Amino acid sequence: MEALPALGQAWGLILQPVVLGYLVLGVVMGLCIGVFPGLGGIAGLSLLLPFMFGMDPILGLALMVGMVAVVPTSDTFASVLMGIPGSSASQATVLDGFPMAKRGQAARALSAAFASSLFGGLVGASFLTVFILIARPIVLEFRTPELLMITIFGLSMVGILAGRVAIKGLVAAGLGMLIGTIGEGASSGDLRMSSYDFPYLADGLKLVIVGLGIFAIPEIISLLRQDRAIAKEQALGGGWLDGVKDWFANIWLSVRCSIIGVIVGVIPGLGGSVVDWIAYGHAVQTSKDKSNFGKGEVRGVIGPESSNNAKEGGGLVPTLLFGIPGSGSMAIFIGAIALLGSGQIEVGPAMLKNNLDITYSIVWLLALANVVGTVICIAASGGIAKLTTIRFALLAPFLFMIISFAAFQSGQNLMDLVALFGIGFLGIMMRRFDWSRPAFLIGFVLSNPAENYANQALQIAQSRFRKGLDEGLDYIFSPIVIVLLIITVLSVVLGLRQAKNIMAEGDVKAGTKRAPLVFLLIVTGYIAFALFDAASIPAYSRDRVFPMFVASVCLLGCVVLIARMILRPESDTIFSDREAEGEDASAAHGLWPTLAWFGGLLLLTALFGFILALALFLFAFLRLRAGLSAAMAVVYTACGIAFMCTMAWLLNRDFPPGLLQEYADLPWPFS
Amino acid sequence: MSVFKTTRRVACSLVAAAAATFSFQAHAGGHGIDLTGKTVEWIIPFSETGGSAKWANFYAPLLSEALPGQPTVVVKFMPGAGSTKGANHFQGLEYEDGTTIFGSSGSTQFPFLLGDPRVKYNYADWNVVLASGTGGVAYLPPDLAAKMDGMDASALQDVDFIYGNQGATRLDLVPTLAWEMLGLNVESVMGIKGRGDGRLMFERGEANIDYQTSSSYLSGVTPLVEAGTAVPMMTWGALDEAGNIVRDPTFPDIPTFKELCDATDGCETSGEQWDAWKAFFIAGFPAQKMVFLPAGASNDAIVTYTAAFDAIKARPDFAEISAKRLGKYPQMTGEAAKGALNSGTNVSAEAKAFVVNWLQEKYGVSLN
Repeated sequence: MEALPALGQAWGLILQPVVLGYLVLGVVMGLCIGVFPGLGGIAGLSLLLPFMFGMDPILGLALMVGMVAVVPTSDTFASVLMGIPGSSASQATVLDGFPMAKRGQAARALSAAFASSLFGGLVGASFLTVFILIARPIVLEFRTPELLMITIFGLSMVGILAGRVAIKGLVAAGLGMLIGTIGEGASSGDLRMSSYDFPYLADGLKLVIVGLGIFAIPEIISLLRQDRAIAKEQALGGGWLDGVKDWFANIWLSVRCSIIGVIVGVIPGLGGSVVDWIAYGHAVQTSKDKSNFGKGEVRGVIGPESSNNAKEGGGLVPTLLFGIPGSGSMAIFIGAIALLGSGQIEVGPAMLKNNLDITYSIVWLLALANVVGTVICIAASGGIAKLTTIRFALLAPFLFMIISFAAFQSGQNLMDLVALFGIGFLGIMMRRFDWSRPAFLIGFVLSNPAENYANQALQIAQSRFRKGLDEGLDYIFSPIVIVLLIITVLSVVLGLRQAKNIMAEGDVKAGTKRAPLVFLLIVTGYIAFALFDAASIPAYSRDRVFPMFVASVCLLGCVVLIARMILRPESDTIFSDREAEGEDASAAHGLWPTLAWFGGLLLLTALFGFILALALFLFAFLRLRAGLSAAMAVVYTACGIAFMCTMAWLLNRDFPPGLLQEYADLPWPFS
Repeated sequence: MSVFKTTRRVACSLVAAAAATFSFQAHAGGHGIDLTGKTVEWIIPFSETGGSAKWANFYAPLLSEALPGQPTVVVKFMPGAGSTKGANHFQGLEYEDGTTIFGSSGSTQFPFLLGDPRVKYNYADWNVVLASGTGGVAYLPPDLAAKMDGMDASALQDVDFIYGNQGATRLDLVPTLAWEMLGLNVESVMGIKGRGDGRLMFERGEANIDYQTSSSYLSGVTPLVEAGTAVPMMTWGALDEAGNIVRDPTFPDIPTFKELCDATDGCETSGEQWDAWKAFFIAGFPAQKMVFLPAGASNDAIVTYTAAFDAIKARPDFAEISAKRLGKYPQMTGEAAKGALNSGTNVSAEAKAFVVNWLQEKYGVSLN
C-alpha cells in the first residue's frame, strides 16, 4: 500500500514549528468567529481567502483547517450561554445546554460539550484516515432514494421532540416545512407564497434567520422580561472538571454519536443540518431515565456535540474525493485550496492519487486543531461562563445587536430584519403555547432536501419502472434503504412513546381556552392559505406537489387539534400557556413593551441605518430599561458600536441602510 | 510568505512594464486612475460556492497587484434570485471612483436574453473590461458511448436518458436543446444544486448523460475517463475569428456538437432551431463571464482596468496558472471584450422566440 509512507510524510509536513504556528493562529481565529452566532466557517474562510493566493500549501492548509475545525467547538458558547444556536451544527445543543446554564451549570455544560467535541473531532479524524481509502465505493452507494431515506430518518426525530401533544409537534414540523418551501421551487421555478413584485421571499427564508428567530428571540425576550441573570443561582455550581467527568461517564454515547456524525457528514448533500438532531434523538432513545431531557440533561449536550465535530471530518470525504462540497464552508475550502501554491493541488478524484500526503496532512491537521481548540475553550469556559451571572438587561441589547447583524448578513437586505422579527414573533408564540420549536426547525431545515430528493427519486424510479418492474424495485428498495426504513420506523414508534416524558422546553401549565385556540386558528389559516397557494400552481409543475401534500397532512392535524380543543376542558395539556403560570406569568415586564424595544431597533434602522439606530437604541435601552447612569450608558454604547464596526470591518461586511442613507451620502460605517 | 512576496515583486515590475506598454492608450484617455489606499469591491451575484466565485477568487489577488496603487480587491458575494438581484443592484449604482466592479455570468445573461420579469438591468449601460470564455463537454457511460457509430448518434435515439438539470432556463438549456436536436430522449431531473451534483448522479449510475464546463470536466471527469467509467461524447466547440464553431482548443480530440449533428440523421446545422442553439451557446460559453464598470464610468477608469487585466494576461506564469483554473480559453479585453459582450447579450428575436416557446412546451416554464 502506498498509504503508509504517505501517512509518515503527512506527519513530517505538519510537525514543523511554523506549520503549528499557523494552525494555532487559524484555531484562534476560528474560535473568535464561532462564538458569534450566525457566523461560521463560511465567514471565516472568506476572511482568509485573500491571503491564500500563492501561499505555501501546507501553511495555508494549517490556517484554514485550524479555522474550520473549531467553529463547531466554539459555537457552543452561544448555544449554552445564550440559548442561541451558534451555527446550524449546534441547534440541538441549545435544548439541554441552555437549561443547564440557567441552573448555574454553564461551566459544566461547556466543558462536557468541549470534551465531547474534542473526542468527536478525533474520532472523525481517525475514522477518516481509514475511510479515505475505502470511501469512494461506499459514498457512491448513496443514491437519491438513500438520501431521501436519511432525510426522512432526520425528520423522524420530530417524533421524539414532538412534546406532550404529538399532533401538535407534527403540525409544528409541517409548518416548518411549509415555511421552508416559501420561494422559488427547485423543479420548475414556480413561486410558492411569494411573488416577483415582492422579491424578498422569492429566495426563501434563510436558516440563520429562522434559527435565530425561533430559538434566540423568544429566549432573549423571556429572560429580559424577568429582568435577572441567565443563571438563577448566582454561584456557578459545577465546575469544568465535572463536565469532563460527565463526558467520561458517557463515553460510549460519545463514541456512537461521533460515528453517527462521521457517517452523516460523509454523505454529500445533507451536511451539518441534521446530524445534531439525529445524535440528540439517539441520546434520548438510549437513555434509561428520559425525564431530564429538555431540562438540562448533560447527555443531551454530549450527543450533539460529539457528532458535530466528527461531521467536519466526514464532510471532508466528499470534498476531497469528489470535489463536491458537503457544506458551504467546504465549498470555499475547495476554492481556497485551488489558490494555494501554484495551484498544484486539485481537489477531486485525482486527489488520492497525486496528493495523498496532502490529503493525510489535512486529516491530521484536523485532529490537531481539535485538540488545540478544545484546550483553549476549556481553559476559557469557567471565565466565560460568568457571563450567565450578569444581569440580563445589560446583556440583551448587545445580543439584539449581534443577532440583527448576523441576520442581515444572510441576505444584506433590510427585509432580513423584518423577517427575523416576524419569525421571532412566531417563535415567541410557539414557546408560549408549547408548540415544539425543535420540531419546527427540523421541518424547516429538511424541507428542501425532502422535497428535492422525493421529486428526483420519484422521477428516476418512474424511468426505471418503465424499463421493468425489477429494475424499479431494485432502485427504490436497496438494502441500505430497507435498513434505514426499519431504523426510522423503530425510532418513530419509540419516539412517540417517549415523547410525553420529554418536555424539550420544560413543563407548561394549561391556561384558558381562548388564547391557544386563537393561535391554533391562525396557524390553521396559514396552512390553508399555503395549500390554496400551492394548488394555484399549474398542474404540470412538480413544485406544487410537496407543499400541497405537507399542507394537507397538517390541515388534518389542525382539524383534530381544533376538535380536541372544543371537546376537552380547560385543564387539558392542549391548552398549555406560559402566560398562565410560571416564570413568564410572573415576569417583571410585559411581553409587548419588551418586544417593542426590539421593534424600535428595527424601525430606527429603517429610518437611519443600522449604526445610528444602534447608537440610539443601546443608549436608550441601557439608560431607561437597564437604569444605568447616562455616563455609563454612553461608555457601554460606544463599546458596542466599536465592537460592531471592528467585526464588520474585519469581515468586510456592510450594515443595513435606512431611509436617511437614500437622501444623504454618509461615510462608512454610516452608509 | 516568501512566495507571496516574490510574486508581488514580480507583479509590480510587470505592472510597470505594462503601464509603459499601455501608456499610449492611457494618454489617449487621460491619466488613468490611481487607486492607492482604496478598496475595490468586486460584486459577484452568486454565493461563495459557485464557478463565478472560483473565477473571481482567481482574478482578485492578481487584479490587486496589477491595478495602479495596489488597492485591496475584495470579492463581495450578493446571491439571490438566480443572480438577477446582484445585477439589479449593480444597475442602480452610479460610477464614483472606479472602486466597484461587477462580475456577470451566463446565468446573468440568460434571464436577460429570455426577458425574465425580474431583470431590471441592461448590459448596454455597463462598461466591459474583461470577458472570459469557457467551453463544455458532454459525456456518456461506456456502454452507451459504444452504441455510437463514429459521430452518428442515431443509435442512441431509443435510449431513455436521465440528466441532472439545474433548471430549465439556466445554462443547462444549451446541452438539453443540443440533445433534443440529436433526437435523444433525455428526461431532466430538476433540483440539483450545481453541476458537481450532476456528475455525482452520473457516477452513481442514476443519470446516464451529463455535461460539465471545461474546468470541472478537467478536474472531475478526466479521472473517470481514465478509469473507463465515462466517455466524452462531444464539446460545444469554440468560436473562431469569423464566428464559426470549431473544435475546442482545450479538447482538440473531442468532436463538437456541430460535427455530431452533421453526422446524425434528423439533426440540421442550419435553420431556426440551429440558430437558436448557436445564439444561446454563444451567450452561455464563449462569453460566459465578464467584468463590468458601472454605467457612466469615466474613460480613465475603463482604460486603467483594461490595462490591469492586460498586465495580468502578460504575466509569464499566466498561461500556466490560468490553464489549470480556467482552462485554455480567451481572456478578452478592449475591443475583443466588447465583441464578446455584443455576441453574448444579443440574440435575434427569432432565436429568443424559439427558445421561449420550446421551454414552454417542454417544461411548461412560462416566461411571459
